[in-house]
Amino acid sequence: MPEPHQPERAIAATGAGGAMDLAASEATSLERTPTGPDGTGPARSLWSDAWRDLRRNPVFIVSGLIIVFLVVISLWPSLIATGNPLDCDLARAQKGSAPGHPFGFNEQGCDVYTRVVYGTRVSVTVGVCATLGVALLGSVLGGLAGFFGGAGDAILSRITDVFFAIPVVLGGLVLLSVVTSSTVWPVVGFMVLLGWPQISRIARGSVITAKQNDYVQAARALGASHSRLLLRHIAPNAVAPVIVVATIALGTFIALEATLSYLGVGLKPPTVSWGIDISAASLYIRNAPHMLLWPAGALAVTVLAFIMLGDAVRDALDPKLR
Amino acid sequence: MGRYVIRRLLQMIPVFFGATLLIFLMVHVMGDPVAGLCGDRRCDPATATRLKQEFGLDKPVGQQYLTYMGNVFVGDFGTAFNGQKVTELMAAAFPVTIRLTLVAVVFEIVIGISLGVLTGLRRGRPIDTGVLLLTLVVISVPTFVTGLVLQLLLGVRWGVIRPSVSAEAPLDELLIPGLVLASVSLAYVTRLTRTSIAENRRADYVRTAVAKGLPRRRVITRHLLRNSLIPVVTFIGTDVGALMGGAIVTERIFNIHGVGFQLYQGILRQSTQTVVGFVTVLVLVFLLANLIVDLLYAVLDPRIRYA
Amino acid sequence: MTSSWGDPQNPLEPANTNEVQGGKILAMIFRGLKRYDPKTGEAKDMVAESIETKDAQNFTVKIKKGWTFSNGEKITARSFVDAWNYGAHLENNQKNAYFFGYIDGYDKVHPEKGEPTAKTLSGLKVVDDTTFTVKLSQKFSTWPDTLGYPTFAPLPKAFFDDHDAWLSKPVGNGPYAVDSYTKGSQMSLRRWDAYPGEDKARNGGVDMQVYTDNNTAYTNLMAGNLDLVDDVPAAQLRNAGSDLGDRYINTPAGIIQTLAFPFYDSEWSKPGREKVRRGLSMAINREQITETIFQKTRTPATDWTSPVLGKDGGYKAGLCGDACAYDAARAKQLVEEGGGIPGGRLRITYNADTGSHKEWVDAVCNSINKALGKDKACVGNPVGTFADFRSQASQQQLDGPWRAGWQMDYPLIQNFLEPNYFTDASSNDGKFSDEKFDRLVNEANAETDDAKAVTRFQDAEKILAEKMPAIPLWYQNGSAGHSERISDVALNQFSVPVYEQIKVD
Repeated sequence: MPEPHQPERAIAATGAGGAMDLAASEATSLERTPTGPDGTGPARSLWSDAWRDLRRNPVFIVSGLIIVFLVVISLWPSLIATGNPLDCDLARAQKGSAPGHPFGFNEQGCDVYTRVVYGTRVSVTVGVCATLGVALLGSVLGGLAGFFGGAGDAILSRITDVFFAIPVVLGGLVLLSVVTSSTVWPVVGFMVLLGWPQISRIARGSVITAKQNDYVQAARALGASHSRLLLRHIAPNAVAPVIVVATIALGTFIALEATLSYLGVGLKPPTVSWGIDISAASLYIRNAPHMLLWPAGALAVTVLAFIMLGDAVRDALDPKLR
Repeated sequence: MGRYVIRRLLQMIPVFFGATLLIFLMVHVMGDPVAGLCGDRRCDPATATRLKQEFGLDKPVGQQYLTYMGNVFVGDFGTAFNGQKVTELMAAAFPVTIRLTLVAVVFEIVIGISLGVLTGLRRGRPIDTGVLLLTLVVISVPTFVTGLVLQLLLGVRWGVIRPSVSAEAPLDELLIPGLVLASVSLAYVTRLTRTSIAENRRADYVRTAVAKGLPRRRVITRHLLRNSLIPVVTFIGTDVGALMGGAIVTERIFNIHGVGFQLYQGILRQSTQTVVGFVTVLVLVFLLANLIVDLLYAVLDPRIRYA
Repeated sequence: MTSSWGDPQNPLEPANTNEVQGGKILAMIFRGLKRYDPKTGEAKDMVAESIETKDAQNFTVKIKKGWTFSNGEKITARSFVDAWNYGAHLENNQKNAYFFGYIDGYDKVHPEKGEPTAKTLSGLKVVDDTTFTVKLSQKFSTWPDTLGYPTFAPLPKAFFDDHDAWLSKPVGNGPYAVDSYTKGSQMSLRRWDAYPGEDKARNGGVDMQVYTDNNTAYTNLMAGNLDLVDDVPAAQLRNAGSDLGDRYINTPAGIIQTLAFPFYDSEWSKPGREKVRRGLSMAINREQITETIFQKTRTPATDWTSPVLGKDGGYKAGLCGDACAYDAARAKQLVEEGGGIPGGRLRITYNADTGSHKEWVDAVCNSINKALGKDKACVGNPVGTFADFRSQASQQQLDGPWRAGWQMDYPLIQNFLEPNYFTDASSNDGKFSDEKFDRLVNEANAETDDAKAVTRFQDAEKILAEKMPAIPLWYQNGSAGHSERISDVALNQFSVPVYEQIKVD
């Protein structure tokens, strides 16, 4: 049964293999799909169905609001914090909360609240961009490898083996120590470079399972093209594990940034980030746990928001749960 | 099946060379290890030159690699800077780390999968939310904090465990370090299992099984779980290698003299021999783990066939 | 008893050990001609009966009778001469070879370029079993006081006959003998009952256990699984007092921390920049940093030596003058007068892998930023590994200041000044060079009267106060903690525990 071609392109444009980009470009796919070129209307795709579900899902709304809030304070931290994150006075080191300084001070006597707010930009950027990159690269490569199998699969799988074998510490010390740029991009690039094999493995595994399903076999027998099979039939059914891993990975990337900073190869001062503060505060956990609590709490809320979002998107994509 | 395994084993050869070359180059790029050996005071130039000759660092990197590989094939992995044979280091470190990894993987399988099944079957109930919150704590608090807190509470305050693992590293002393090591992966395994279970519990074969009147337990373990495990197995498979090489933080906190410790030390001292030797073995472990995972696919899902 | 230890970086040969972990063991299993008194730091004769000179250049060393190695071999003049020749020779790759550099003939056995042309140092001559003479290549009146450094230890024949066997179980002549050594995890030392010296071990032995993280060692001490930790982690300093009470030890040691500047960079060496350096020095609130970050385990520095030298030894509080006293307003003014910070931003380079330097570098930067009124004038610049950091510093690749530390080899003012600031000296990574300073140091070395030599050195030091080639930050203490099982624990001036004095209850 030939179907209108338009919706498929819309899907392709959203990069169906990716996990996070689904969420990010939900709006695009919504706008395009229902209004087909010939106005045939309700040839509703999986994706527009998903969006309809999402809009009614309170989990999605809450997590969406948190993410919007995070984005806003990333862009304009001074909206809610008036201080200067670099204004530090040792005389106040490790002190608890004081008027005007609700979260207290860190080991250098900087205001923890201001630093948490100002750290949002870098940490969220690192987490989201690294996750996006890893999810895109990993799921596309892994998905194709799992789908086509053969020599390409073998080569890709062996390449991932090599990448897995590189210890993060070694990779960080080697690749990041030559970088002098003080932006987040080298760090993000490094995370993508070392992180994609994991998603690739997962995506490959789920595509291998999904392609055995009866409906895929049926579609194949009906003469569906490779791209159609992959995007329309396999991707929606294989994307769940990728979303799960990617949303958790978002948190671990923000935490990995802390480890890299701790090793002296991550973001360099005067950059302010949750990771830097978490790794500094960890040493003082016995004396001043508040220094750890707030940046780690901010990290937890961010991860929570993305996990909830991922869960909601996944549910929306699963017709069996309707 | 047999041919598939042989083909995979043959594929290991290029990977082996690729990985060793890559690591070799990476350590080389890090620069001159002699400066570090000399401490806060630089060695006199003559001694530095001599040391470079002794470690073969004065040769072009290509030649260094060939010499090294030549030695590896006769079982000589070289010598660390403190004069110890790398094979000796490996013999001491790998058994310890294998035990630690084993403990961690068992935790991942037992706790991770059980929690995953539990939450997958009870989606949205309090237990699901509770586990989610626990997951968040694990993700947002760095491993070393979890490790330090557990060490302080269990080791010092309550005196339940030894805060550090003795040189022999028996299994019982590795329980808490293994748990700490597994903690982040536990979060992944739990969430992955939960999602898979939730997805598959509406599948036709589960309905059929339920309709047939099979006991609930049997439906869950035989039908639901088995079909939900592919992503989980993939994850654990890739994690084995990561756990072995990446236990740096955990090994540091609990003073375990395993692979992570040796690797970290080797990296900081820029000892090519140590780093390349250990990573080479790790690559082999990865390759084997992945082969096993791929074979497990066929066991878990009979529709998958290898030729 | 058990003690924390770190894995030594190099093989445990006396002339090849240049860091404190290996040095700890050498201090237990070796006794040299001299030994530094653990309390006063005074160099006292140990194996030496006497070391005499008339011209500060030719020395006659007589050794005491009755000393043996723990394997029973007699210690003779040859034990020293052979050991020194071994240590100095280029082909033995000994990292401390330059310690023999004052001995005549060193340039033949250890030429700067090319192959050695002699097997032994021509300045060393064995006279008889208990006597040998040493000729130096220049005058150096306090040279005998350097001989307490472990590099100058005697070596038994076994060292040369079966080197590998010796390395796996070193044999020396100290109060302890190695019982077993598992590289990378533990060394068991036992009291050597036949030890001929007066400083016999008061305990049965020490098990040195390798810890990769001093924090774990500290936790283990609190849990009662470890008797001695000789390096309390910085983050625990705040609670060490309440955790350990009087079992927490905080003793001055011969270590000074400084910020060194790149004089090979014309931006820093040109005239007028000394004002910037002095200004930066005045912008650092040493008092506050040592109190808050270091919990008084550091003392603000006011000269370029260490208080452990004592007044007679050359330590002079306040020699640095105003430049080492915190004065934010004056600091800002001086930096501006000097033309500001070259490049507009001060990047303090340090290594991130050991020693938790991040905290204090950040604190120093915050202090400077506050004084200068700019929040990004100074930033820390971590380098991933110590090796990389050292290679950047020693190959003149840094364009700003870096953390420099100096742990004395022997308690002499000469050791604090000459290796660091003499033209092209071994640790003068910043390539500071001042003719007057060099001349004064040479004069001081040639001076046979100790008091006069010290005054000369202090004159040289005053030039440092003017030029400020390195900003003195603080003097470092040794900090340790021990269990209730042991008593009489003390750290010597090298911040190494005096193991042989420890009593086990």
